[in-house]
Formats: sequence, C-alpha cells, structure tokens
Amino acid sequence: MAHQRAGVVTAMGIVPTMTKADSLIRISGVDKRFANGTVALRDLSLDIGQRQFISFLGPSGCGKSTALRMIAGLTAPSTGSIEWSKESGAASKHVHDIGFVFQEPTLMPWATVFENVYLPLKLVGTSRKAAQPLVEEALEQVGLANFAAVYPRELSGGMKMRVSIARAMVTRPRVLLMDEPFAALDEMTRIKLNNDVLRLWSEHDLTVIFVTHSVWESVYLSNRIIVMAARPGRVVDDITISAPYPRDEEFRVSAEYAEYCKHVSKALRSTLDGNDVDH
Amino acid sequence: METMSTTESQKPRVVQAAVTGKGERLLRLALPLATMFAWLAAWEFYVWQQAVPPYILPAPSLILQTLVENFSSLESSLWFTLRLTLMALALAVLSGALIGTIFALSPLIELSFFPFAIMLQVTPIIAIAPLIMIYVDSTFAALLICAWIVAFFPMLSNTVIGLRSADHNLKALFRLYRATPWQTFRYLLAPSALPFFMAGLKIAGGLALIGAVVAEFVAGASGRDTGLASRILEASFRNEIPRMFSSLVLVSMCGMAIFMINIWLSKRLLGYWHESEIKSEG
Ligand SMILES: Nc1ncnc2c1ncn2[C@@H]1O[C@H](COP(=O)(O)OP(=O)(O)OP(=O)(O)O)[C@@H](O)[C@H]1O
Ligand SMILES: [Mg+2]
Repeated sequence: MAHQRAGVVTAMGIVPTMTKADSLIRISGVDKRFANGTVALRDLSLDIGQRQFISFLGPSGCGKSTALRMIAGLTAPSTGSIEWSKESGAASKHVHDIGFVFQEPTLMPWATVFENVYLPLKLVGTSRKAAQPLVEEALEQVGLANFAAVYPRELSGGMKMRVSIARAMVTRPRVLLMDEPFAALDEMTRIKLNNDVLRLWSEHDLTVIFVTHSVWESVYLSNRIIVMAARPGRVVDDITISAPYPRDEEFRVSAEYAEYCKHVSKALRSTLDGNDVDH
Repeated sequence: METMSTTESQKPRVVQAAVTGKGERLLRLALPLATMFAWLAAWEFYVWQQAVPPYILPAPSLILQTLVENFSSLESSLWFTLRLTLMALALAVLSGALIGTIFALSPLIELSFFPFAIMLQVTPIIAIAPLIMIYVDSTFAALLICAWIVAFFPMLSNTVIGLRSADHNLKALFRLYRATPWQTFRYLLAPSALPFFMAGLKIAGGLALIGAVVAEFVAGASGRDTGLASRILEASFRNEIPRMFSSLVLVSMCGMAIFMINIWLSKRLLGYWHESEIKSEG
C-alpha cells in the first residue's frame, strides 16, 4: 500500500538522494531558528537506524519537540537537511509511514473513539467499511476493543493516551514519533504503557523516536539515548543502552538498569551546569 | 495477537445517570413555574389590596383578559414580529457563518473588512434606522435590515473565533496526514467552531427580536401590516395600559420561545461532547 519514495527535506523542498544500509533518517547540520530569533536547535546531526528505539532526553526548551516536528515534516529546518533512506525499505515520507503521538491525547471530543482512530485513514480516503477491521485491530492492540463507541470524555487519561497510540498505529507506520506521551500520567499507568509501547515496537518492526524528560523512562525503553542541552538546543551525548530485550520488571530492578540510569543522569546533569533551566 | 493489559473495566460505562433524571427534570420545570406563579399572585394581591387603578398598573388577571379579548387583532401583529425576527435571525446566521468563514480563512480579507463589521456593531441601531427607512421603500425590508444588523455581529465574531479555536496539535495532525483544506474545514475547524457558533446563536436570537421591535418603534408604522411594537405604541397613545401589557407579554413570549429553541438545539448538537452542555455527575 505504501508508495516508495525517498528524498531530502530541506528548506527548499524535497530532493531525492541518499543510500545507506540500515540508516533510516539522516539529519545533517540542521539548525532551527524561529522568526522571533530563538535558536531552538544548532547543528543537529544524527543518523537514525531502522528498528531503533531512540530517545531524545533533555531539559525543557532544548528543542526536543522541534526536532521531532521537523522529522515529521511539520516544520522545515532553517538550514541543513533531513534525509529519508531509499534502501531502508521504509517508504520514507509517505503519509502512512509516520505515526505521531503528542504529549496530550489530542483527540477530537466530538467524535467517538472509533471515529478518532479512523481519522488518519479517512483523511487518505479509505472507506469506513475498508477501515473497520484496521481500526478494530488498532483498538484491540491497545486493549480498548470494547470502547469504540465511547466518547473521549468518558475515558481516563491513560485510556485517552491509548486511543492516541491506536490512532498513530492505524496506518501501520514504520516510524512512531512520540513527544513526551506519558509525562502527564501517574507512575503505574506510565509503566504499563511503557511495556505496551515496547511490545508494539517489537511486534511491528517499528522505529520509535521517543521524547522524554525522564532518565528512568528513557533507559527502560531505548537502545539509544540522545542527551540534549538547551540554549541553544544541541546534542551533548549519544549513549547506547545495550541491555537485551524483552525488558521487564526484572530489568527495572536490576543493577545494570541502575548503572545505566546513573550514567545517563550524569550526562544529563552536565547539560544543566551553568544553565538556568526553567523546569 | 496478544492484547494490551487493562485494569480499567472492560465494559463501557453507562454515562447518563438515569436515576437522577426524572426528579431533576421535574424540579427544573416546577421551580421556575412556582416562582413565576408566586410573583404573579403577589402582584395580583397588591393591585387588589391597594386598589391600584388599571391605567397605572393592571392586575395580571386583567392583562390576561385583555389579551384574550384582543387576541384576534394582536395575532397578526404577533406573526408579523415573529416572522420579522426569525427571518432576520436566519439572515444573520447565514451571512455571519459565511462571512465569518471567509474572515477566518483569509486574514487579509478580515483585516480589510473587519472595521466595517465593527462599525455596524457599535453604531446604535436606533441611530441608523431612520436612514434605512428613508433609503428602503418597503417597510418590512427596512425593518428586516435593521434587525439583521443587530443580530449579525455576534454570529460573525463567534464564527471567526470558533474556527480559529481548533486545537493546535490536531491541526498539526491533519497536516501530517496531508488533509485537504476542505477536510480540515469539515472535520476539524467546523466542529471546533460549533460551540462558539451556538453561543453566538443564543445572543443573536435575543438581539434579532430587540432589533425588530426597536426598528418598528423608530419606523412608527401604523396600519394593518404592523408588528407588536406598533400595538404597544398605539396603546400608549390611547393610554390603554392593559393593552400595552398584553402586547408586552407577547413580545417576551416570542423571546422566550426563541431562547428555548436555541437551548434545545444547543443541547442536541453539543450535548454528547461539549463541556458547556454536559451535566457533572455526583
Ligand atoms: N513556534 C515557536 N516560535 C518561537 N520559538 C519557539 C517556537 N516553538 C518553540 N520555540 C522555542 O524553541 C525552543 C525549543 O522548544 P521545544 O518545544 O522544541 O523544546 P522542548 O525540548 O520540547 O521543551 P519541553 O521539554 O518543555 O517540551 C524553546 O526555547 C522554545 O521557546
Ligand atoms: Mg516539547
């Protein structure tokens, strides 16, 4: 169903290029300056491999959301380029290939859970009938199969977030972008949803780019953590977490986990030195 | 495929609490009716006890009697005013929605024309009405224009604000999935605007009636084809206070009816999702 297309998104548009095995997205020399003069990102260069679970970790205002929105094509970089691999098999910038989960559930309050999850398919012209099994499957994956006819206001915060994930997954994307999706949830719900996302990631051959404030969350989930600093937003560390998957509660209480957290915390703390960060 | 674990109950909750429904609805009806009745009774008693002459303050019973006796002559005026008001309201809704949409989608057009809309809004209708009466031959058309001017602005500004109030992230989501402008309008902007639109409609409904009555006062029209304002004026010239009151009763009943229809419509359209129409439970 997905149409194969590759190219570079630059300030000027899409230019076809790049071939490199395993690399899915290559960000090179990207700056982002906003109209008001804020430099949200400076010289961001990053290769994101296929099937990676990569976390952007950093203090508030370091440009994590901006980076994510640029990868999704929602804003253009001021300079530099974001290339999607041609050979990766992932059909780069096709609509179907990106799922986005915002910090808030971002559901349409006037529409049922079914209608909310159906939205991406509706927008690309899939008929309700053809979409029905896909929507139902997506809802089943997040444990909300019985809630299709319910309105968002009748759901708890965690359940709304699940709907949001189902909506992102309904097009069967190759890349899932998540911007602090669980920041507003309680610890228990967050742990549960962490496990859910890990399972979706492994079952669907996803590449996940996950933005978070939380060292513990990033270590638990990712195999790679990009530590960022603010003013201007930049990458200060690129840490590989080589603990094997599947990860579970055992990993969460292991010495290895604690060691990684300590390491990442230290890297994160160094970004705060001499910085007035408004958390 | 394995499914995600849920601790939340697996059945959708029943949302509308049926238990409180009936008693509450009864109270909703009974309370204002009782208050109204008590007030009328006090009024009646006061007039009777102090022997207030009817040309100063008629008793409610007398007003009702006058209303019944004169109903055949008042009826055509009632329909006239009602028709005028509803037509003005319909015009205001259509033009407000249309022009509001154009404004919301095109900031340049809004920038150019919004001052005109504000001018219409801030100039008292009573000051413009005489001019309109001069320029427009048909009295009905002139009255209609006056009532429309008054009701137009809330529809316009609420439509504009409503269409602009769509959630920022939802807009980004629509862009992510390459929604066409029409899809974005139909599935995101219009539903987001609906609560604002309904709020505008409630205001415009009241204003259309005010516009219709005020314009008729200014027109000072007399004769057969006239509305309730003319009946009030006539009665006032002849010092027929009970007749003034009975016309007044009809005017406020028109207003109430329009208001109730709006409430009902708003509940129908927003009741299942918008905060303003959702009853909190417990
Ligand atoms: N539309 C915009 N216009 C101007 N400045 C912006 C805009 N969006 C973001 N910024 C600025 O860019 C910088 C990075 O913002 P961004 O939202 O990417 O940070 P973040 O890392 O996601 O922070 P948080 O963790 O608080 O979400 C901030 O200083 C912010 O004020
Ligand atoms: Mg952010």
